[in-house]
Amino acid sequence: MSEEMSGAEMVIRALADQGVKHLFGYPGGAVLPIYDAIFAQDKVQHILVRHEQGAVHAAEGYARSTGKVGCVLVTSGPGATNAVTGLTDALMDSIPIVCITGQVPTHLIGNDAFQECDTVGITRPCTKYNYLVKRIEDLPRVLHEAFHIAASGRPGPVVVDIPKDIQFAKGIYSRPKDFAHTGYRPKVKGDLDKIKAAVELMAHAKRPLFYTGGGVVNSGKHASELLRELVKLAGFPITSTLMGLGAFPAADPQWMGMLGMHGTLEANMAMHDCDVMICIGARFDDRITGRVDAFSPGSKKIHVDIDPSSINKNIHVDIPIVGDCAHVLEDMVRLWRTGAKHADKKALGDWWKQIDKWRGRKSLAYRASNEVIKPQYAIQRLFELTKDRDTYITTEVGQHQMWAAQFYRFQEPNRWMTSGGLGTMGYGLPASVGVQLAHPKSLVIDIAGEASVLMTMQEISTAVQYRLPVKIFILNNQYMGMVRQWQELLHGGRYSESYSEALPDFVKLAEAYHAHGIRCEKPGDLDHAIREMIDVDKPVLFDCVVDPKENCFPMIPSGRAHNEMILGDAAETLDEAITEQGKVMV
Amino acid sequence: MNAPTTSHYPAAPKAQKQESHTLSVLVDNEPGVLARVIGLFAGRGYNIESLTVSETEHAKHLSLITVVTTGTPMVIEQIKNQLDRLVPVHRVVDMTLAGNSIERELAMVKVRGKGEHRVEALRLADAFRARVIDATTESFVFELTGASSKIEQFIALMLPLGLIEVSRTGVVAIARGPEGMSSPQK
Repeated sequence: MSEEMSGAEMVIRALADQGVKHLFGYPGGAVLPIYDAIFAQDKVQHILVRHEQGAVHAAEGYARSTGKVGCVLVTSGPGATNAVTGLTDALMDSIPIVCITGQVPTHLIGNDAFQECDTVGITRPCTKYNYLVKRIEDLPRVLHEAFHIAASGRPGPVVVDIPKDIQFAKGIYSRPKDFAHTGYRPKVKGDLDKIKAAVELMAHAKRPLFYTGGGVVNSGKHASELLRELVKLAGFPITSTLMGLGAFPAADPQWMGMLGMHGTLEANMAMHDCDVMICIGARFDDRITGRVDAFSPGSKKIHVDIDPSSINKNIHVDIPIVGDCAHVLEDMVRLWRTGAKHADKKALGDWWKQIDKWRGRKSLAYRASNEVIKPQYAIQRLFELTKDRDTYITTEVGQHQMWAAQFYRFQEPNRWMTSGGLGTMGYGLPASVGVQLAHPKSLVIDIAGEASVLMTMQEISTAVQYRLPVKIFILNNQYMGMVRQWQELLHGGRYSESYSEALPDFVKLAEAYHAHGIRCEKPGDLDHAIREMIDVDKPVLFDCVVDPKENCFPMIPSGRAHNEMILGDAAETLDEAITEQGKVMV
Repeated sequence: MNAPTTSHYPAAPKAQKQESHTLSVLVDNEPGVLARVIGLFAGRGYNIESLTVSETEHAKHLSLITVVTTGTPMVIEQIKNQLDRLVPVHRVVDMTLAGNSIERELAMVKVRGKGEHRVEALRLADAFRARVIDATTESFVFELTGASSKIEQFIALMLPLGLIEVSRTGVVAIARGPEGMSSPQK
């Protein structure tokens, strides 16, 4: 199956051979031959974004909602540097991306040529791997290897930098059978002895819990099914990180809600007081652990992760299991069943009573209002009016993101696209474009903040061009809300530069883009307005004017442990927890 | 201790005992591989005390990087795991943990002097089994191999005798016994 073709044709051919249907990109001088190859075929559809960052986020949304590799094509120099934020985002959240960048011709590399930058140098720390292809003979192998590396093991972004002369050069294309990088062999099967030890520990637990993360989602639908099976068999409570939402259904009685800085009281208290913690596909991130030396002091910890470098990085664990979540969960379920394991019913009953007490504190409660739309209420209504539909949610970053995580109750994996690790404002709108493209019949909503969404607002134009009816649901509090919250709680209410001055009229902005604009200011009008948003078969900018002073609670205050959360009503007592020390650290 | 802070990040951990470890890292000899390794150390704030790199198996395009690093045991484990997940890295062996390795370094030491100092320098070089590889009427260049401590000692002795400069390779290491780094695993 070897054919002669140009490097540019090889790129498109390899994408087609990898089953790629959509490619997010932006043309430029150093990728023109590839755009020529795109023009001459119809297997791979190119989606023209408005900024390269948007291309990567769109590909992330596409990848996260389908489990496939997201593909990006950008030009050299500014094209590549604009993609860097997206690549870093994908690396932090383990999203499989293949990003093809044009490069100046090989003889000009290092010459400070027009639109030249050291793409492999710049992207080395923000990709899982990257290539500069200097020989046409290497191109077919590199292209296919890039997909393999992006999708296998712990997924991540891979950059393939292709000089323009290589795009023009003729070579023989064939799909390679194996990979040159013999050093790259991710371990997917967990060590059986360790899994046995873990199951044994679980069977003797008195106050156990599952703490799961994005790794379960990345591992595929099957991993979520196995997780549900194991959690049901064991009868333990379960919580999840921001990235893991949806792997376990939020409607289930064993679900405790998200944990961490803005997690529920019950999830965080249970983390602190548990005696066996089963961490699956999460990485003990600092948003989760709070104060490390007071993190779950009395528990034995089991940690399942495909990336050995995630294990014992922040928190020492007792049973580390390197492997893919689905494989390890399968072994755990089997061992639990065949060993006829039973949890300690009596102890577990007491544990659940304790958890119900914590639940009784209703840590997500907020003061309702008839006058002004509370952001939490807006998300609750959005959830109620969309839960019976085939809905995908993306978010930007900030308070609205945390409220979405707290109040939108996900039932399925791959339905929730958010920037967790990097915390990229401006992620949600382009991500929703990618999601909608992958799921044209579904309802795709970006829960946004007015500040975040302006960072990548130009992508609404992409949505209009491709008739992607994404719904941009903006919780407009006229502040960079999370910044304002930190300033209120931690910096004496000195709201330095966090007010969103000179905001556009989002309704008129929508009209200017040929999209549909809706503004809603009263709680009583909200349901009607949300229904209108759903029914309009166009991209919508929904300007939901919310209480500008609302804060996101519960919250683990700085330098505190899980059992020292503050709840909404207790916000005024936070003052005593504040000292000047440590301000320099943010 | 553990005072609440106004930062959203956890406080820095208390200082723990630092250990020095020698890591042998077998990598594909491809462009940028050294940059990946060094960039990892720089980007994650790890220390490099010494670094040597050279192709060791031409046919297989393999290079061996020997890096001496310091950190707490948890950090050393992180360094190994982080290195191991780099795509072109085949194997990482902690020679210090393995315990049965040999470590050597080569140094070239330039000394300038006349009369008694010159004779003394030659005498000490002889005791250290250093070779003279360049000589003028007022200088010597010595070549010396050995453990880092031996080279340190030699340099300290040359200092009062007119030490001009030193060039060192950094540590290379190899395991004792019949097994090799690139032998098939498992």
